[in-house]
Amino acid sequence: MNQQQALYKYCVGLGDDALIQSYRLSEWCRNAPILEEDLALTNFALDMTGRAQVLLSYAGKVEGAGRTDDDLAYRRAERQFYNHLIMELPNGDFAFTMARLLFTATYEYYFFTELKNSADHDLAAVAAKTVKEVKYHMAHATDWVLRLGDGTEESHNRMQKAVNELWMYTHELFATDPDVAMLRDGNIAVDLAVVKSAWLQFISRTLTEATLAVPADGYQQTGGAAGIHTEHMGHILSEMQYLQRAYPDATW
Amino acid sequence: MELVEKTDQAQAELLKNFEEKINRGDAIEPKDKMPDAYRKHLIRQISQHAHSEVIGMQPEGNWITRAPSLRAKQILLAKIQDEGGHGLYLYSAAETLGISRDEMIQLLHSGKAKYSSIFNYPTLTWADIGAVGWLVDGAAIVNQVSLQRTSYGPYSRAMVRICKEESFHQRQGYEIMAKMMQGTKEQREMAQDAMNRLWWPSLMMFGPHDSESPRTSDAMKWRIKRHSNDELRQKFIDKTVQQAEVIGLTVPDKDLKWNEAKGHYDHGPIDWDEFYRVVNGNGPCNKQRMDHHIRVHNEGAWVREAAEAYRKKKENLN
Ligand SMILES: [Fe+2]
Ligand SMILES: [Fe+2]
Repeated sequence: MNQQQALYKYCVGLGDDALIQSYRLSEWCRNAPILEEDLALTNFALDMTGRAQVLLSYAGKVEGAGRTDDDLAYRRAERQFYNHLIMELPNGDFAFTMARLLFTATYEYYFFTELKNSADHDLAAVAAKTVKEVKYHMAHATDWVLRLGDGTEESHNRMQKAVNELWMYTHELFATDPDVAMLRDGNIAVDLAVVKSAWLQFISRTLTEATLAVPADGYQQTGGAAGIHTEHMGHILSEMQYLQRAYPDATW
Repeated sequence: MELVEKTDQAQAELLKNFEEKINRGDAIEPKDKMPDAYRKHLIRQISQHAHSEVIGMQPEGNWITRAPSLRAKQILLAKIQDEGGHGLYLYSAAETLGISRDEMIQLLHSGKAKYSSIFNYPTLTWADIGAVGWLVDGAAIVNQVSLQRTSYGPYSRAMVRICKEESFHQRQGYEIMAKMMQGTKEQREMAQDAMNRLWWPSLMMFGPHDSESPRTSDAMKWRIKRHSNDELRQKFIDKTVQQAEVIGLTVPDKDLKWNEAKGHYDHGPIDWDEFYRVVNGNGPCNKQRMDHHIRVHNEGAWVREAAEAYRKKKENLN
């Protein structure tokens, strides 16, 4: 893989994280426990769709094959999606969704804080905007993890279960590979070791304050960077890409 | 006996002052004295309006995960978020009359409170998302513009805020329809089919003809309602028929024709049997919409309880 291909993959991966996460959050619209949460989660999904749009259209430019943001979102096959697996897991209950959002938004907050210093100006610009958005997502998820962790016995149990189930998907957020290392050398990509230590510190503190146990590290689930997904991913794409695939000549 | 007379007199005095105030065109505010019937009418109307915004999120939400482009998805998400926001303002406006959101939701679930019947129709294709924005929001705007001058202050202010957003929704819905009409044959067929299914239910949104509408007189006297059902419906038809023509959609009404003398379109008879059937619970999605709202509300109970328990714990600490 040359530098251009590595950059394409890096941008697509970031775009796919936003796209697939927004898909999951938008499923809460009309299904949330209170109307205020319907609005908040829909709003986060909206931020993420916007972010996906910018990152995928930049990825298309880097690739140089004339593909647009929509081409990449709606006409790409599953094995060419590079999002982290944690983004595609089904929503589960409200505790599961909030635990995931805590994990992903905290990761994104520290990740994009670092990416602001990228030598790639397009990525640095996306990062500057994204930090402001995800800071809010992170605060929102933190509030809910505290409330549910330290709420009732039932909410505590649900939250602990969610944290435990998600833990094996969090390691992948910090996994690096030779392509990313190449971009690191050019000061384009983020140093994930820095992101990981900040993440772990914040998450440990938050879980503890929420009276929850920080899980022990065990088996680590990975695959996103190689385009090998969970079984859930194909169902997301078949729904999301339905109109573009069924009516390939149409514009919408 | 004397006491009763005095009370009657006081009541009559109150009503007289109230009606004078209304006739001067003054807004009624939450702390003002108001007749019980006025308060009840408003609670019913505003909560119905709030429930409609919220139930309306279901048919539109049905297409969120299938929106055909990133831009389309953003527009749809933003629209549904607006509708939920309208629900919130309206619940707050109703709460100023002495009823809680919880009580309003209970009344909805027990079937005592209603929501707009239009949301009992399904969204079957992407064109329905266009048609809902264009026709349903288009009809809602006509009604809501008129309600900006309603006599109850909090309701009137909510309407002013809401109307700004509704006109965006209507334009965005129309844009979807226009794009589809410029698209492939299949897209044009989808758009026309959506028009055929949603046109008549949209006309029904304005309610029965004035001659059949039992509640209109008090509501008009107290300036809750400022225009009659038929006036508002006519306004909607006149503006929408022209918009349909511009993009090549056919209005599914063979009796529709321009009446030069009146300066309005004449339209064919509305199927009131269908209207009453759906209002009374037997439309394509009535059961689905209510079951969904009740299920989601019940499934969320543990979250609301936990939030409450947490709030109390923190309160006790301080
Ligand atoms: Fe609305
Ligand atoms: Fe609307």
